[in-house]
Amino acid sequence: MSGHAHVDGKLPHEPEKATLEGRNKVLGFWLFLGGETVLFGTLFSAFLALRHQVGDGNPTANELFELPTVALATFILLTSSLTSVFAIQSMHTNKVKSMLWWLVITVIFGLAFLGLEIYEFNNYVHEGHKFSTSAFSSSFYTLVGFHGAHVLFGVLWISILIAQVLKKGLNVVTAPKIYVAGMYWHFIDVVWVFIFTVVYLMGKVG
Amino acid sequence: MAHGHKVKRYSGLKDWLTTVDHKKIGILYLLSGGFFFLVGGLEALLIRIQLWKPLNDFVAAHTFNELLTMHGTTMIFLAAMPMIFALMNAIVPLQIGARDVAFPFVNAIGFWTFFAGGVLLNVSWFAGGAPDAGWTAYAPLSTATYSSTHGLDYYVIGLQIAGIGTLVGGINFLATIINMRAPGMSFMRMPMFTWTAFITSALILFAFPALTVGLVAMMFDRVFSANFFEPTNGGNAVLWEHIFWIFGHPEVYILILPAFGVISEVISTFSRKRLFGYSSMVFATVLIGFLGFMVWAHHMFTTGLGPVANALFSIATMLIAVPTGIKIFNWLFTMWGGSIRFTTANLFAVGFVPTFVMGGVTGVMLAAAPADFQYHDSYFVVAHFHYVIVGGLILGLFSGLFYWWPKMFGRMLNETLGKIFFWLFFIGFHLTFFVQHFLGLMGMPRRVWTYLDGLGFNNLNLISTIGAMTMGLGTIVFLINIVVTSAKPRNASNDPWEDGRTLEWTIPSPAPEYNFAQTPLVRGYDAFWKEKMEGKTEMVPAEPLGPIHMPSPSSLPLFMSIGLFIAGLGFMYAKGDYGTGAWAWILHHHIVAIFGLAITLTCMFLRSVFDDHGFHIETDEILRDKGVKA
Repeated sequence: MSGHAHVDGKLPHEPEKATLEGRNKVLGFWLFLGGETVLFGTLFSAFLALRHQVGDGNPTANELFELPTVALATFILLTSSLTSVFAIQSMHTNKVKSMLWWLVITVIFGLAFLGLEIYEFNNYVHEGHKFSTSAFSSSFYTLVGFHGAHVLFGVLWISILIAQVLKKGLNVVTAPKIYVAGMYWHFIDVVWVFIFTVVYLMGKVG
Repeated sequence: MAHGHKVKRYSGLKDWLTTVDHKKIGILYLLSGGFFFLVGGLEALLIRIQLWKPLNDFVAAHTFNELLTMHGTTMIFLAAMPMIFALMNAIVPLQIGARDVAFPFVNAIGFWTFFAGGVLLNVSWFAGGAPDAGWTAYAPLSTATYSSTHGLDYYVIGLQIAGIGTLVGGINFLATIINMRAPGMSFMRMPMFTWTAFITSALILFAFPALTVGLVAMMFDRVFSANFFEPTNGGNAVLWEHIFWIFGHPEVYILILPAFGVISEVISTFSRKRLFGYSSMVFATVLIGFLGFMVWAHHMFTTGLGPVANALFSIATMLIAVPTGIKIFNWLFTMWGGSIRFTTANLFAVGFVPTFVMGGVTGVMLAAAPADFQYHDSYFVVAHFHYVIVGGLILGLFSGLFYWWPKMFGRMLNETLGKIFFWLFFIGFHLTFFVQHFLGLMGMPRRVWTYLDGLGFNNLNLISTIGAMTMGLGTIVFLINIVVTSAKPRNASNDPWEDGRTLEWTIPSPAPEYNFAQTPLVRGYDAFWKEKMEGKTEMVPAEPLGPIHMPSPSSLPLFMSIGLFIAGLGFMYAKGDYGTGAWAWILHHHIVAIFGLAITLTCMFLRSVFDDHGFHIETDEILRDKGVKA
């Protein structure tokens, strides 16, 4: 528990793992992501079980989904994963300013993705695809909405971390926070890859 | 070392509300788990009184449904789980030579969210009716169509909040056991209780999120008119069964594995022998954890999954008997040739073995799918799962409580009262549940409010009720024991059973705030016993004496769970007819729920922004502690 050992001068190469607290945080977050995997896995299962239960007269997946919008959202989110990698790389070389810029870009991409999702959901509702329309609609909005809520949480979280680094600098306390936020961001990207495939592509095909 | 941060310590109630010390959190878990155990036990007694004679009307039919639902839900989620966490908190860090858990703050969140969820669930009794669809809350019985009161809302939201606590608790113990072990404490030198805590935590991590999704889906159905389980709009009621049991069956192993751990420790200590087949015990624990995820559909044989699915799940279920059998034989061989001492703890452990075997045998009977069509939803099932949960987990918990009570509280429980408790509880247990096997085979369905005269059920039900009363009497003796003990001086020695084998017996009872003045060096399995065999009385330290860094207490976990509690109520009461006043507007627009969530998120924000520097316990204070004890 040597805690917040005051590091004078240079940070170690992997500042997120320099202290036991940091190592605990990274490990604990990996475990948390394991639980999140089960969470989304169950949501996917529920969606797969219910996705054909559209009901009479309601728009089907094939009629609803506009792949160009979704493809754009996918492109944006996947790019934001790349920019978060750049942020972590900058952290490892102790370039605080470039790290902060990459984080800001990541947040902007996240916001753009959310904007597109809100636009998309709004369109669906106008086409009669409401949350309570059918089992398909409920499970669709729950799965994609859970992911969207995760993106929103990530955007807020990374914004708070940016402010913290501006105030406190990069040290062995803030570095693990940035690192696990990066892990989180990759995770919601991976989930989106599955959503794009299972919800949208499969919705268009079958 | 960073000195100069003010020592933050509170006393009295404030200390308990803000503590992040795993030993105090363990005691909090024990107190609240014990309280809910009494509530659940009282509900059980009311159920048994209603059933003691045919056509009884002691409670109304509707109340009976509420009682059986709340009995199951309370016992599983609010009594058994927290009492397991109580022992894990109190003992696991000590057994691996750690000063604390990996996330002390998260540990407090775990406790307070569990507590908020438990209280919320029980508020339902005073708010127009408790949940009444059974602890499994099968759809469509639990959907808004067939359950229009708020009872089920309390169930889905209360359990979600409590589930957060369990999940973060599981993550915490996984990280603690992986990262915080003392030098030399390799995985294959870990005490068996720590191993079972480890596997149980892994099961929690992978099982509870599934329940959360199920509960969220059902909450959306009930509160926001979604259609997951609503067949009229394409929903699927069987989906709930799958989701529930994908969580629910691993949950059974989450409950029983820590009891296996306790029994291994107690039998080994009081036989004065190394645990027989330690590595096979570890292997069996891991295997049970693994197989536990592949058997959920054996709860659904009669749902109509078809012969192929039923056969596969049947075989997978029977396979679990193999690692469990390994464990049983290991305990027997540990006792074989040992110099056995029948303390209360060991009585519970030895009583556990045949009782659990009986539950296991009926488990294999139920695993045979064709036979299960006969047993399904009968009292045979009730007898089976009470044999594994009460005869398994609860006997294990009591064994652990008697064994580790001095380490938790510094006082030995009274052995005479303990033995009276054991015999009353043990005999009462078998009286209650043994006859229920036959009631089931004779055709008495479970969850019935009453039964007709002349079916041959009368005598067996009467015996069962007498047995339940006997268990209640035993529990009263245990409570008296606690009161009597707490009036005695706090004088338990480091190793009060004198045959302690593991690290927790090398430090004072109760353990000081920092657990180990110096982190011990572990040189083998049964670390303390190994030193004893070489004539030493304490562990070799792995580090010089120095100031110890401690985390600060915090009130944020308490407020986070209060926020969730308020949000839960807000979501529940958003729908409904409240007229047109301001209050109606507030509820309909989810203002209460948003307010509650805002409290929780603000607490998270504060925790993120303000670093906890903790404080240091200085060397002279550690030496003073040592001096007092010497």
